[in-house]
Formats: sequence, C-alpha cells, structure tokens
Amino acid sequence: MREVYFYGTCLVDLFFPDAGMAGIQLLREAGLKVIFPDGQTCCGQPAFNCGYWEEAREVARAQVALFPRDLPVILPSGSCAGMMKNHYPELFHGQPDEAQVRAFSGRVYELTQFLVDVLQVQLKDLGEPVKVTWHSSCHAVRDLGLKGQPQALLGQLAHVELAPLAREHECCGFGGTFSVRQPEISGAMSCDKAADAEATGASVLLSTDGGCLLNVNGTLEAKRSPLRVQHIAEFLWERTHAR
Amino acid sequence: MHAEREILFRESAAAALLDPQLRANFRRAMDGLISKRQAQFPDPRDLQELRDLSTAIRSRSLLRLPELLEQLEASCTKNGIQVHWAETCEQANALILGLLRTRGAKTLVKGKSMVSEEMHLNAFLEANGVEAIESDLGEYIIQLDGETPSHIIMPAIHKNKDQIARQFSQKIKDAKYTEDVDELTAMARKVLRQKFLEADAGLSGVNFAVAETGTLCLVENEGNGRMSTHVPPLHIAVMGLEKVVADLESVAPLYAILTRSATGQAVSTYFNLITGPRGADEKDGPQEVHLVILDNGRSRIYADPELRATLRCIRCGACMNHCPVYTRVGGHAYEAVYPGPIGKILTPQMEGVGVRHDLVHGSSLCGACGEVCPVEIPIPEILVRLRREATHSDPGSNVAGKGTGRLAAEDWTWRLWAAVLKRPALYRLATWFATRLGDALPAGAPLLRDWTRTRTKPVPARRSLSERMRSEGGSHD
Repeated sequence: MREVYFYGTCLVDLFFPDAGMAGIQLLREAGLKVIFPDGQTCCGQPAFNCGYWEEAREVARAQVALFPRDLPVILPSGSCAGMMKNHYPELFHGQPDEAQVRAFSGRVYELTQFLVDVLQVQLKDLGEPVKVTWHSSCHAVRDLGLKGQPQALLGQLAHVELAPLAREHECCGFGGTFSVRQPEISGAMSCDKAADAEATGASVLLSTDGGCLLNVNGTLEAKRSPLRVQHIAEFLWERTHAR
Repeated sequence: MHAEREILFRESAAAALLDPQLRANFRRAMDGLISKRQAQFPDPRDLQELRDLSTAIRSRSLLRLPELLEQLEASCTKNGIQVHWAETCEQANALILGLLRTRGAKTLVKGKSMVSEEMHLNAFLEANGVEAIESDLGEYIIQLDGETPSHIIMPAIHKNKDQIARQFSQKIKDAKYTEDVDELTAMARKVLRQKFLEADAGLSGVNFAVAETGTLCLVENEGNGRMSTHVPPLHIAVMGLEKVVADLESVAPLYAILTRSATGQAVSTYFNLITGPRGADEKDGPQEVHLVILDNGRSRIYADPELRATLRCIRCGACMNHCPVYTRVGGHAYEAVYPGPIGKILTPQMEGVGVRHDLVHGSSLCGACGEVCPVEIPIPEILVRLRREATHSDPGSNVAGKGTGRLAAEDWTWRLWAAVLKRPALYRLATWFATRLGDALPAGAPLLRDWTRTRTKPVPARRSLSERMRSEGGSHD
C-alpha cells in the first residue's frame, strides 16, 4: 500500500481537529496508508514572518526531523504548505542541513492539491442540496500557487452550488500576527469579508486554511450571523459519507 | 508586542477607518482602477510575458546602473541638458534654488513629481521666496488645501467630486459652485493656463531617462507636463537615480506596462520625449534644461542584492490599488511620501527601518501587491526581510537603522515560542491545557483583547488532532 505523511498544522491541531481527521480519512479512502508522526507542532511561519528566523529555524528543524522517509507530506493548509515548500529553503539557506530541508520541501503538498493533482480522486455527493461560498486563502493561491484544485473538488459534488464572493481574492484580514498587531485594519478587513460572504446567500463558507476560518468565523459569530465556516476537508468528507 | 514604534501607522490607520467618506472614496476609486487594469490584460500569458520583459529590462538597467548614469550624463550634456548630482534632498533643494535665484525666477510651475515631494521642495521654495504652483489637476486640488498626495499617481483620490466642488467654490477666486466635472476641470485649467504663461521656470519629474540618447521621458494625461517643460524659459527635471534605462528600445515595454498597470490606459494622452533646450532654428521650448539626479538613500538600497529589487519600481501605483490595507485607510495614514506597499518597503529603507517599523508590520502579507507589480518586486518578501532587519543587526547588512527596532519583550516572546514549539513534550502540555481550559481565558487577556474587538474568542477543540491520533494508535511511523 502507498504511504503518505500527514502534517496537521498547529491551527488544525488545536482548533479544527475534525478537519484534520477528515483529511486523513479522505486520503485513507483513496487507498493510502497515512502516517501521522507524533510530536509535530508548528511550521514556524509566525516567527519567520516577524523576522525571527533563528527561532523559526529551530522549530522548523524539529518538524523536518519527523518526516525522514521519501514520502509525500500532506497538509490541510495552503499557508503552512507554502511556508514548508517555498520558505524553508530560504530559511535554511547556507545551513548545514539545507540539502535535507530542500528534499523535504520538495515533498510537501496541500491536501486538495494532492487529492486533485496526484490522486485524481472522484467524489460522489451524498448530501442535500446546499449553497456554499469559497474563500481563497492568499497564501494558498499567491504563495503556494493553488490553481483551482478546491473548486475542482467542489465541482464534483452534484448538489453543491458554489456562490462566489464579491472579492474572492481579497485578504480576509487574518495575516497571523497582523490580526493582533493591527487589530483595527484587520478587523475592518474581516468585517468586509464577513459581509461579502453573507451577501452570497450561502449557508457555509469554505476554505483550505484554518487561520482564515478562525478569523471569518469569529467575525461572523460576533455579528450573530447564521452563516458558518468549515474547512474544505471536513466538508468533502461529510458530503461523501451518509450521516 | 505593541511598541511605540508601531503606534504611528496603527493609530493613523485606525483614525482613517472611522471616516466613512474616505473609505467609500478609496474603495470606489480602487475598484475602478482594478477593473480598468484587468481589462487591459485580458490574457494572463500576455501579461506575464510583458512583466517578465519589463522586469528583465529594469533588472538589467540596475545591474549596469553606475555605467548607465555616466552615459546618461554624457548624452544629456551633449544634448545641452545640464546634469547635477545630489546625494541628499537638502542638496537637491539648494541646487534648484540656486538655479532659480541666478536667473531671478520667482515662480515655478510644476508638473507632477514624486521626487519633489520626497524633497519637500514646495515648502522649501516657499520659505525662500519662490512660489511653486502644482499644475497636475490632482496636485493642484491638494495644494489648494495644503495637503500631500494620498496616491502616487492620483494625488487627490481621497476626495470625491462633491468635496472638490465645495473646495473650488471656496478657494478659487470668482468661482461659482458646480458639481459638473468638466466645469470644475475648466476652472482649474483657466487658473493654470495663466500660471504657465507667467511662470519663470518649470519643473517636472522623469519616468525614464535614456542613457544612450540623453532623452527624458515624461508620461502624463493632462498636457500640464508638456506646458511645464515647454513654456517657461527654464526647465528643471528631477529624478531618482534608479530611473535610467539603457536605450529607447527599453522604454516601449515599460511605457506599455506602466500606463496599463497605473490607470488601465493602453497609452497616456501625452508622452513627452525631452531631448534638450530650444534649438537655434526652433520657435519654442525652454532656453535651458537642467536635470537633477537624486540619491537620497538609493545607493544604499542598491548595494544590497535582494533589496535592490525595490529600485525596479516604475511608480505605477498598482500595488496600492490592489492593497486591502491601502484601500481601507488611504494614503495619508502612512505618514510617508510614498504610501501603500511600495511605500512600506521604500520609506523604512530611506528613513530607517527602526523608526518606521510600524510600516513593515502594517501588512497581512497577502501578496496582492507582488502579484500585480509590473516589475515583479517581491514586496512581501522584502517586508519580511525588513522586519528582520528592524530587530536584528546582521553585520553584513547595509540597511539604514538596522536592529534599532528591537524590543526585549518581543525577543522573549519569540524565544519562549520557540522553546515550547521545538519540544513536543512542552507543546503537548501547552495544548493539553488549552483544550481543557477551553474558553476559560478572559477576553481581556493580552492579544485576545485585540482579537476580540471585532470577533468572538477562538475556542480550542476539546481534544487536539495529535491527541486523537495518539489514542487511535497505529498511524505512527
């Protein structure tokens, strides 16, 4: 049986474990043995983005060590996948373990990317008709380079109607430490995103990224909106399995 | 993590967010500019080809910068354009004042120039008895109110038509109140036409300076650039030293991508190629043309191979038009000559990365700026680099004010963060507490307080993914 690694990411670990479980189940259902190494924490992006590269490197190095075998590493996050794939080589430039890290980076995939590009999964929708909207995470699209894989998966679901956001590619205002360093601007962006999402008439907003989901969900809850958010992995799993 | 140094942008941005008129003006204007640009680039492959070419031209020009600047000086001199070098804004201002004084010039009519804003030339001239009149419509509008540009291409974009109508009726002599755009434009035109005819000197910026031919290229839409450079007897052009390109062939692609990226125009209404003063057999044009080439920190930026990309900028403003932060707070909130994403990387490099640490953290790193930049400046990456420079003193670094934004509290936060996250046992303990405490943390706790201004408190799951996978067993390597 083909084996893959799964990297949960800190936000999914702590806030969206169901999404992580769903991602693992989707991979298992595609016939893969999923290895979830114990001891994984965070990809190191917060410190990296704030300029604290030594600290980011220490944490990143501990992650890389957990994935020694030449197997794909799959993440339920475009932002963390972008960090591990594109920024680890930069972070470890000139370090003694640069080659090892580069090899690791070359094996990193975001979940929907792997489901579509590598596994070419075919999904069968078992759910009731539902209208959803899609928030494309900035890092998933602009940093990692996701090109419509999540939408392709949603397109396979016969009873799911996708209502696009007015400004699909505009940042939701999360931005990691940005949300607490610049709470006013971040809050304004989040409120606009929540309003755009409500205007679609969808009942659920989906995304690949826990940061965006946490942010938009908190904003929607604060305005007592009936609109809910869900990680795409969890949504796909639910739609393809009768409850 | 909130330091004094971060208060500046955060506070002015927070104030701007409370102005619904301002927010509406920017949103409307930026949405318009985004769709106009989009219409100019229907095929993403064509766009990418033009971006690659433009990036290559600008990179190559910078690679040969010292040589091209020498060539530019020689070619200009041959054409009768007198070249002056200024290391600082003070030197540039003094140079220009000197040129004006020796010719007895009392009034200066200006085409649009961001470098002159960088020099705070108008205030300097005014203090020295020279009247500087802005002739670009947007610049004219803000000069009436004593404001600075809120956008590098559209300096008065923070105002809407009604605000300008009120302003004109109050500030222009004998003006009647009208909200008709054509009438408003005609009013300004009437005032300015007289100024062009009376001015002792004209000043302009430079979009591209061609080393091979000594040509100064000026892109504009109103004809005020041509009037400022053509009618008065003395023309002074100012440029940052990065604006040079090798040959005329380099100009065409840059011009094509500049106007499309900036205002969504395939071509601008005017494109001036200035090659020298009035010839013996010519009936018009200035008697003297001078070019002032300003450094103001650029050679320091140039010396760093990564940061050098900052100097590729052709000042189109597309990064601001697409920036979710700029769109909401407008240009004045940055309290810098160059606002928006390019300003966030340029200003700290010019003024010191410690004192303008506020700017480099005023970004969600969404990457919209880098995505649209016609010369592919990796603005998000440079922001991260400058955040690093602000708090670390790398001996190999040449960045102004490096390490001066360092705070003990922030250092300790990241050290603690790393100490926990590189040790699975500590992380496990921390998440165990987080999941068991659930939402026991008060919303007023540090960081949470800021998060919960517009959001509910994030509540950790009862059991983390790691915990669930551990109890499932068998999935480990």
